[in-house]
Amino acid sequence: MTTAATVSEAAGNSEESSPYALSHLDALESEAVHIFREVAGEFERPVILFSGGKDSIVMLHLALKAFAPAAVPFSLLHVDTGHNFPEVLEYRDRTVKKHGLRLHVASVQDYIDAGKLRERPDGTRNPLQTVPLTEKIQSERFDAVFGGGRRDEEKARAKERVFSLRDEFSQWDPRRQRPELWQLYNGRHAPGEHVRVFPLSNWTELDVWQYIAREGIELPEIYFAHDREVFKRSGMWLTAGDWGGPKNGETVEKRLVRYRTVGDMSCTGAVDSDATTLDAVIAEIAASRLTERGATRADDKMSEAAMEDRKREGYF
Amino acid sequence: MTSTTEPTEPLSVEQLSATTLLRFATAGSVDDGKSTLVGRLLHDSKSVLTDQLEAVERVSASRGQDAPDLALLTDGLRAEREQGITIDVAYRYFATARRRFILADTPGHVQYTRNMVTGASTADLAVVLVDARNGVIEQTRRHAAVAALLRVPHVVLAVNKMDLVEYKESVFAAIAEEFTAYASELGVPEITAIPISALAGDNVVEASANMDWYGGPTVLEHLETVPVSHDLAHCHARLPVQYVIRPQTAEHPDYRGYAGQIAAGTFRVGEQITVLPSGRSTKISGIDLLGKPVDVAWTTQSVTVLLEDDIDISRGDLIVPSKDAPPTTQDIEATVCHVADQPLTVGHRVLLKHGTRTVKAIVKDIPSRLTLDDLSLHPHPGQLVANDIGRVKIRTAEPLPVDSYADSRRTGSFILIDPNDGTTLTAGMVGESFAAPEPVKDDGDDDGWDF
Repeated sequence: MTTAATVSEAAGNSEESSPYALSHLDALESEAVHIFREVAGEFERPVILFSGGKDSIVMLHLALKAFAPAAVPFSLLHVDTGHNFPEVLEYRDRTVKKHGLRLHVASVQDYIDAGKLRERPDGTRNPLQTVPLTEKIQSERFDAVFGGGRRDEEKARAKERVFSLRDEFSQWDPRRQRPELWQLYNGRHAPGEHVRVFPLSNWTELDVWQYIAREGIELPEIYFAHDREVFKRSGMWLTAGDWGGPKNGETVEKRLVRYRTVGDMSCTGAVDSDATTLDAVIAEIAASRLTERGATRADDKMSEAAMEDRKREGYF
Repeated sequence: MTSTTEPTEPLSVEQLSATTLLRFATAGSVDDGKSTLVGRLLHDSKSVLTDQLEAVERVSASRGQDAPDLALLTDGLRAEREQGITIDVAYRYFATARRRFILADTPGHVQYTRNMVTGASTADLAVVLVDARNGVIEQTRRHAAVAALLRVPHVVLAVNKMDLVEYKESVFAAIAEEFTAYASELGVPEITAIPISALAGDNVVEASANMDWYGGPTVLEHLETVPVSHDLAHCHARLPVQYVIRPQTAEHPDYRGYAGQIAAGTFRVGEQITVLPSGRSTKISGIDLLGKPVDVAWTTQSVTVLLEDDIDISRGDLIVPSKDAPPTTQDIEATVCHVADQPLTVGHRVLLKHGTRTVKAIVKDIPSRLTLDDLSLHPHPGQLVANDIGRVKIRTAEPLPVDSYADSRRTGSFILIDPNDGTTLTAGMVGESFAAPEPVKDDGDDDGWDF
């Protein structure tokens, strides 16, 4: 009896009838670690997409735990739009150094400078990421690419598999996906093809934040409320800067804001907030009536199937 | 939006911390109100947020529909919206103060049996919807049979559209009795029947004022309270080795850990274990739970196990207690669901993935195909096509330690893969198809755990 009581405490849930019940965060963590290890066991050249945003930060944290005390057997890949938040780039470089990781960068600016990509009239660079990303995957011959995408983010992502086969053009065909049964992930692919892997598929925005709080994971400062010079465009507060704002008729003002997602400065909006701590952020998200993308991402509003269309082309 | 109730209050941070996770799947025929039920569960648990609802309203209005079409919330693909049907499994997420839910939303069309199999493979519970006006139909029996085949531990029969049969107890009782008799015979261990109206909101989240004769839980109450983990005292412990962790650093020069997610049962430090298929034995000298040493670990924790002796172990091996090792075999008999468009034939050379091991295999025989409608067997069908369920005999190139699926959903399951193009062909369950109606009690195996 005494052993069982100890196990019950370890499980951390006295309401459950079984002492073996895992908390939902433990269950999600264990599942994600299993996915990381499957990829390490079956692929030659995996890479983790790392933007310095909270989802990729959680992914890296899980990878560090999955292989401890050994090093993470993957390198990182950042698709740099050229419009990144300086605080996030600083965080990225510091993290890479701290863990002795290797960072690959695919640069949208380089493509624009070389005339291989053209700036969009609306100044949004998010859709321009697809070409540098897919060409980097081909040139480095990555065969598994971890993304922080979650199925709760968007209705097309809700249809995404944990292991998602992409052809040599990195295309996603939602009608030809492999059924995913039990925990038996099928990573078979032909040369030139690769598999996108989403270890956070079953996490929600709130799970990510609760996990960050539980694990004490450091985040870039822009996730917490701070005074910032912003201007309003299409109903969103965008950070003023050289990237292209404000323009005629748009005025800069200083507001207390924070970011719910970290993406390109041209399409990622800030939200009014006084949440300066993790607990305050979690309380704010739990009470929010807007999804994180609905609140702060312009690129998803382009059409009803914007995400599906971009994913088909190779977006993550 | 068809809802009349306001979303519940936001949860506090404290409420959000100590919850468990329930994975469940829905199954229902076309037009039986599955989208409405899913929409109401999502909406009433505050999981449909304003911007998502506005998007649904905007699209519905642009098509000239009077009311927002809830199916737009769940039909995520262009082709699905164009055809107005769900063609693929989607996963949905919602939470209450008591629990987090992962819902595998599976299409109801007959030709998508493989999708219900996919959704049910990871589900702790399945909700089978029937229309109260139609009662138990062929499709209902198919859903019950799939839930039984996949050994989903809990089944909820949701008798929907009770408002259209004047909320009559007799209608509900007759359907519940017929379904329970059928599903019990197949070995579904626990069946809960609930009379609901997804449209009017009766017994989904709120108890119905129209059916005071019903004293059971609402759908949500049942989802919140059904036990998610099982008594593991009599479970065969299994750890498929995924990856060998060898830091080879100054700090950890000799660390050699075997990483994997415990598929079933419990493992303890000091326990005598055997590695399969080699059959070598040693003791567990340590267990790391993601970097933190523990004395005991259990399913479904991802762990790293350290062993006393330096024996040869690699990815694909299975660590088991020496006193409870499964036999290894190269001849597997299983019930399978064929999930690919190309057929499975006798003589087919395939890859078989079981746990963390993938081996060459050949389909030796397809003795029968099962007709789900009446559970009749069609002998020697020659091949299985998409959505067929049948018995197969497979010979593997190497011996595998397989359990019966009835004993272990994780180490009793496998997939077949086409070696040429990597297609996932078939989902397999080792051993007998349907569970015995009376679970066999195992009283003799007392390993010192007392619950």
